[in-house]
Amino acid sequence: MAEAALPVSPGAAAPAVPKSGSSGLARLGRYTLIKAVTLFVTVVVGVYLTILIANMGGYVDEIRRGQIQEQVSLLLTTPQFQALPKDVRDRRVAELIRLQEERLGLNQPFILRSVAYLGDALTLNLGRAENMTSDTGSKLVRLIILERLPSTLLLFATANLVNFFLSLVLGLSLSRQYGSWLDKAIVALSPTSAAPGWFFGIFLILIFAALLGVLPFGGMVAAPPPESPVVYGLSLAEHLVLPVAALILSSLFGAVYAYRTFFLIYSSEDYVEMAKAKGLTAQQIEQRYILRPTLPTIITNFALTLITVWQGAIILETVFNWPGLGRLFFRAVGLYDTPVIVGSTVLYAYLLALTVFVLDFVYALVDPRVRVGDDGRPA
Amino acid sequence: MNTLRKAWQDLARYPSALAGLAIIAALIALSVYTLIAIPYAEAIRLWRGGEDVWYENPKNAQPAWTNWLPGPDQPETLVLKSAAGEALRTVKAVSGTTDIALTFTFDYAADGFPQELAVYFTSQFVEKQPYVSLAWHTPDGRDIRLGDFSIRQSETFRLSQDEKLTRRLKGLPAEQGLFVVPSEAGAAPAALTPLKGRYELRISGLTFEEGSDLEAEFVLYGQVHGLAGTDHRRRDLMVALLWGTPIALAFGLLASLGTTVTTMVISAVGAWFGGWVDGLIQRVTEVNLILPFLPILIMIGTLYSRSIWLMLGVSILLSIFGGAIKGYRAVFLQIKEAPYIEAARSYGAGAGRIILVYLVPRIIPILIPQLVSVIPTFVFLEASLAVLGLGDPVLPTWGKLIDDARANGALFQGQYYWVLEPAVLLMATGLAFAMVGFALDRVFNPKLRGV
Repeated sequence: MAEAALPVSPGAAAPAVPKSGSSGLARLGRYTLIKAVTLFVTVVVGVYLTILIANMGGYVDEIRRGQIQEQVSLLLTTPQFQALPKDVRDRRVAELIRLQEERLGLNQPFILRSVAYLGDALTLNLGRAENMTSDTGSKLVRLIILERLPSTLLLFATANLVNFFLSLVLGLSLSRQYGSWLDKAIVALSPTSAAPGWFFGIFLILIFAALLGVLPFGGMVAAPPPESPVVYGLSLAEHLVLPVAALILSSLFGAVYAYRTFFLIYSSEDYVEMAKAKGLTAQQIEQRYILRPTLPTIITNFALTLITVWQGAIILETVFNWPGLGRLFFRAVGLYDTPVIVGSTVLYAYLLALTVFVLDFVYALVDPRVRVGDDGRPA
Repeated sequence: MNTLRKAWQDLARYPSALAGLAIIAALIALSVYTLIAIPYAEAIRLWRGGEDVWYENPKNAQPAWTNWLPGPDQPETLVLKSAAGEALRTVKAVSGTTDIALTFTFDYAADGFPQELAVYFTSQFVEKQPYVSLAWHTPDGRDIRLGDFSIRQSETFRLSQDEKLTRRLKGLPAEQGLFVVPSEAGAAPAALTPLKGRYELRISGLTFEEGSDLEAEFVLYGQVHGLAGTDHRRRDLMVALLWGTPIALAFGLLASLGTTVTTMVISAVGAWFGGWVDGLIQRVTEVNLILPFLPILIMIGTLYSRSIWLMLGVSILLSIFGGAIKGYRAVFLQIKEAPYIEAARSYGAGAGRIILVYLVPRIIPILIPQLVSVIPTFVFLEASLAVLGLGDPVLPTWGKLIDDARANGALFQGQYYWVLEPAVLLMATGLAFAMVGFALDRVFNPKLRGV
């Protein structure tokens, strides 16, 4: 859900890395290690907090115990069972409850189990869901998540990629035609980005599905799913239009405005004026003097864009009835299915940490001011 | 004071900011009016009330202003109470029994049929129930017998659901059969038109005891209702639209104020003390970036409590250690080195004094635009939670209206007003604050001047 914000001041995105130093490789190794350990600790703390919240600090156990008791007593209402003597019945009930509690690990104190959960989550041993199953009937959290992944990726990758490149190109071109009517229109429209995607989704459904009836209300393909791959693809594309449009509407104008302002600030730098005075073409100036120094920020935004793809958007998926990760998470919370909740959180946390980690090195590649593991050459 | 006046003059140059401020002023005025006109307890009673509170309203009725649009005029709800003298009442005592005749007269001028017809009776008696018979008199002089029955202390006669009456009206439900132009009686239901003119509902009651009495209330449920329309539980949407205003404003303002001010103070503390304090704050921020914001709110809403104030608190807590903290920190690190801070130090000012009196005020120009700009985020957050069914269980809010509308298929059934009204208010609120925030950002941020 986190929207990538553009820093207004130039160079704010460049991480502060000590530049002086002699033994390059050792420094690179130490830097990498410290960074990796810090990020890992961050992931551990974040995931453990999620485990605590998802279990309500252990209270979910009480709910589960109640459910087990109810299930067991429902199971044993057969006449044959009722005919047994009372002490045999009681023993049988206690035995079944004990077995169920053991299956879910409820016989251990919560603190111990929470640590075990943490270990499992961190080693990506996602385990089995408690109540949910995948459409193919599997209880493995990994399969449940993998099953939803393609639909989320399809929707959010499409929307976010279109959004990213469109806003970049539009922002750059607007910064050149500062003050034109298009520029003014985008600036005037940019406050609309305050509204989230689902909000535009409702309007789009109202107009295109309810009033005009040209596009479907929601879902991913027509029901029943068409058999021919071509028709299937067309149906998918038809269902994709409104949610993608909603996502783009909710962030395009704000992003274009941010990029335009960002590029405008950079194009008023002295070295750009200098380049203009030298008579370089607009394209040369853009590529060498505006895009180059802003590349770290653009890459950060792109990486964060990719990350948000993984999280899906819970409400947009709900509004459009899109079977993605966001809806999976929402259902998991409703069913107290902790393994699924923790599973999707830990995946997201790892991806975010990995992105942050890789970004540091990418900065060094694209920004000459940053050198990770500098080997003594002047930066 | 001077800087403030100058800031205001700068702000006034942006038409969008003025428009935003005008909308915000209107919303505040609406909130004040709401708080006075419908006190909290009353709003809760109305919104949680069922048929007992709202029985005089039609279900899912469009707002009355839709009649101003081109197209056939739909009837508004008509309520006539004999107890309030809105019926012609004649009482005749005949040997132990009393004849009470109530005649309701009304003009019907709409192009569409009503939604429902009902008569609510109340009566006083000790043992013997009064007996009533109802008749309908149309403008073209026909008389239609509606039914006769004895009534209890309180009795409801729903004409539309009376099967005997429907049979007498050749299969048409009462709200159509009693109004239809007689020559069209066999036509397709969609082609029927009502006969305009003066109708009469005649109730003749018979009471069998001394002091026994009866009153009736005739309700003609219209197809349109009030300024805002009604929902599936006959509730007037106006209550929720009005009450949504102060709640949205309070939620947005409190959350944004709580978040930005705390963030600022914490980053000032971190920048001032440096060392492990700063490190801790940085680490907490990083952990917080990994914690998924909305999922945590959803978990808390589902597992703990859906109270809007708890949600507000958690939203503030989760947003404090947000991305903004790094930006503030960078600015504070610069200010920290300023000579006047050194001067303060040399005369022996404590850390608390330096942070609150010398550091924090310097950053207010950055803070104010930020504060205004994040308000829409929180206003929409409340609506988002409500759309997920995690809205406050008692308070009526805009988000809950959208949720109700979605859950009851308003978009499928063409009840667009139900979604559009709260959505337009949300959009207006969000846009107003966003526009003002944009302008403030330019006024206070010299880098953006002229951009």
